[in-house]
Amino acid sequence: MSESGTSIQEQKVKYSDDIYEEAANWHVNTGDEKIYPKKAAGKWRKLKWFTHSVWLILFLGPFLRWHGQQAVLFDIPNRQFHIFGLTILPQDVWMLALVLLFFAMLLAAVTSIAGRVYCGFFCFQTAWTDLFIWLEDKIEGVPAKRRKLDAGPWTSEKIRKKALKYAIWLLIAVLTGISFVSWFTDARQLWHDIFTGQASSTAYGVIALFTAGTLVLAGKLREQACFWLCPYARIQGVMYDKETILPTYDYHRGEPRGRLKKGNLVEGNGDCIDCKQCIAVCPTGIDIRMGQQEGCITCSLCMDACDAVMDKIGRPRGLIRYASMDEMDGKKQLPLFKRPRVLIYLSILTLAVSGIIYGITHLGAIEVKVLHGRSPLFVQRSDGTIQNKYDVKILNKTANDIPVKITAEGIDGMLAKGTEDTVIAKKGNTGSYIVFINAPAENIKSERTPIIFKIVNQDDPTQTSSYESMFFAPK
Amino acid sequence: MSEDKNRYGQTTGHVWDETLAELTNPPPKWWMLGLHASWILVVLYTLYYPSWPLVSSHFKGFAGWTAIGEFKKDMKEVQDVRAKYEDKLPGMTAAAILADNELKNYVVRSAKVLFGDNCAACHASGGAGNPGFPALVDDDWLYGGKIENIEQTITMGRKGMMPKMGGAQLTDAEIDKLANAIVNGTVTKEPLFAAKGCIGCHGPDGKGMAALGSANLTDKIWRFKAKDQLASVKTTIKHGVNDPSDPKTRNAEMPSWKGRLTDTQIKKLAVYVHELGGGQ
Repeated sequence: MSESGTSIQEQKVKYSDDIYEEAANWHVNTGDEKIYPKKAAGKWRKLKWFTHSVWLILFLGPFLRWHGQQAVLFDIPNRQFHIFGLTILPQDVWMLALVLLFFAMLLAAVTSIAGRVYCGFFCFQTAWTDLFIWLEDKIEGVPAKRRKLDAGPWTSEKIRKKALKYAIWLLIAVLTGISFVSWFTDARQLWHDIFTGQASSTAYGVIALFTAGTLVLAGKLREQACFWLCPYARIQGVMYDKETILPTYDYHRGEPRGRLKKGNLVEGNGDCIDCKQCIAVCPTGIDIRMGQQEGCITCSLCMDACDAVMDKIGRPRGLIRYASMDEMDGKKQLPLFKRPRVLIYLSILTLAVSGIIYGITHLGAIEVKVLHGRSPLFVQRSDGTIQNKYDVKILNKTANDIPVKITAEGIDGMLAKGTEDTVIAKKGNTGSYIVFINAPAENIKSERTPIIFKIVNQDDPTQTSSYESMFFAPK
Repeated sequence: MSEDKNRYGQTTGHVWDETLAELTNPPPKWWMLGLHASWILVVLYTLYYPSWPLVSSHFKGFAGWTAIGEFKKDMKEVQDVRAKYEDKLPGMTAAAILADNELKNYVVRSAKVLFGDNCAACHASGGAGNPGFPALVDDDWLYGGKIENIEQTITMGRKGMMPKMGGAQLTDAEIDKLANAIVNGTVTKEPLFAAKGCIGCHGPDGKGMAALGSANLTDKIWRFKAKDQLASVKTTIKHGVNDPSDPKTRNAEMPSWKGRLTDTQIKKLAVYVHELGGGQ
């Protein structure tokens, strides 16, 4: 009894020692150290440039035209979103919730399968930072030269290089800002207005904010944004499980690591020759050989670097490769369709997509809402009938002014004044029409009777909408 | 103690309890930047906007901004939107406005405020009327429900007169008979109706005459509506309406709005009231 008690105590002591030991060598870069990543080359680098290019849509998208109008326009002052001929109004905003749900679940599903693919391959922070570092490398040279330049005095060459670099960065940043604003206003007009000084102060303000943001985030903060600013970086980290494939250093193959002796691997050593190329190319400056860690954005560049070295020393590629913890432990990988989390994510994804498809295909072209008139709720007329007043609001989402016929039913022998003629509903507008309903007192069965209002587009009778209101009568 | 001083750096000389010291360390640079940015902003703000008090007035600011100026600018924006309708109204008759669908809709929407300011106190915000004040939403009109009638009612006001019938003319029993017949809608079958001269104003058919403003006694709408309608009708017959000889007479006067409202405002209100639900 006392024996086992001692051993637990010993274990605890050892455990706490282990924690401190582990943390003692753990280097955390809080921005005091600038990372100078080396240019990587290989299939992952190529793939990354390709995936980053989705952001070209940001720059080119606003110039797409559709039937003579801007294809995608988020017209906030007029509260209308135009997406390829589709008009989405504030009342359809529930679809936006589904779109957000879709992307949230997509992020979860992808992260559960293959880690922070978004961070490494698609995130704007990575894309812009990669571009900025690429330019830095072109202008200032390889990391060693960049370090020297930064540390050195302000010579004319340093000034020239820095000025050139910042000028190009600024150009990209301004373009980013203008492109963002272009989604919310007429893109061609915006370019014209910006340079003639006629754009709105909001436009100039947003462009200035985006310019400053781009320069600070991609030029200065870089990996620090992923470390300390970005919530998704941390959220995704906890979505991993043992089946998630991640850029992993195969320590079974690599250890014990050791430098080459006379150009050859030392007998008994693993494949890792401690060349530190994986660290050199890492944009967040971490050592992947220490295992998965919060700093890893799974950008895969260490795999390119390591593969190139393996080729040179005549060892097989894949010392650093996409692998799961299960694989490292020698366990069999569960197929995707047997992993409950993946299945749950996929079913939510499917639900969200079906909802969006339903929404888009059922966006009614016309919509009717009816407000019952109050004070008074009903009017006693001299002929004994009871009169109720309604404000019929007709929303026309189509691109044309259309004639609309209003009908109402609910009580026998009732008369709907104001529905005799068709009304013209203006495009993109909500029109309001007063309708009076007179019903004979003897046909009114209760204090409140449902009345169904229906509208029909006279040009296209398939477009209808209806609304249930109430008819109020005295007791 | 001297050791402690060294550890804390330069103090202001304020040291308490040997170790509690006020240091001369400068504030962080970002904080100082913020401080200077703040006072510079204050100076620029007071130059731009009206600010410093002077002896008889105040410094107006270089931007020339005033609160009332901004209000007027906003009002002008609204008036510019309304101008395309408002400019037409003075040259048109109320009937012509009513006939023009677009103008009618504009007036019905915009005159709600005028109605609320001038009419709702007696006739209720939706025109449903109040005890002693007629409803405007029904189709029964003392002086006619055509747009011209309504316009005239608002312009000139109305003060109908019904002489008191109690005392010399009718006994209480006769008033009971007449009142019951009126409440039951059978007044024309009551011999007293013709015999006592009621038909002179209310007509042989009992439907009243718009020229006199006499009430229709055969429909379901009451000028002086009450929970106990019979008692109300008796009071009206006994004491009359606006009869100066009877202190208990009913008071029923619609004031004239000419002079208080412009012609255009009256036209707007006439259209608005006509469209409340009972216009003819």
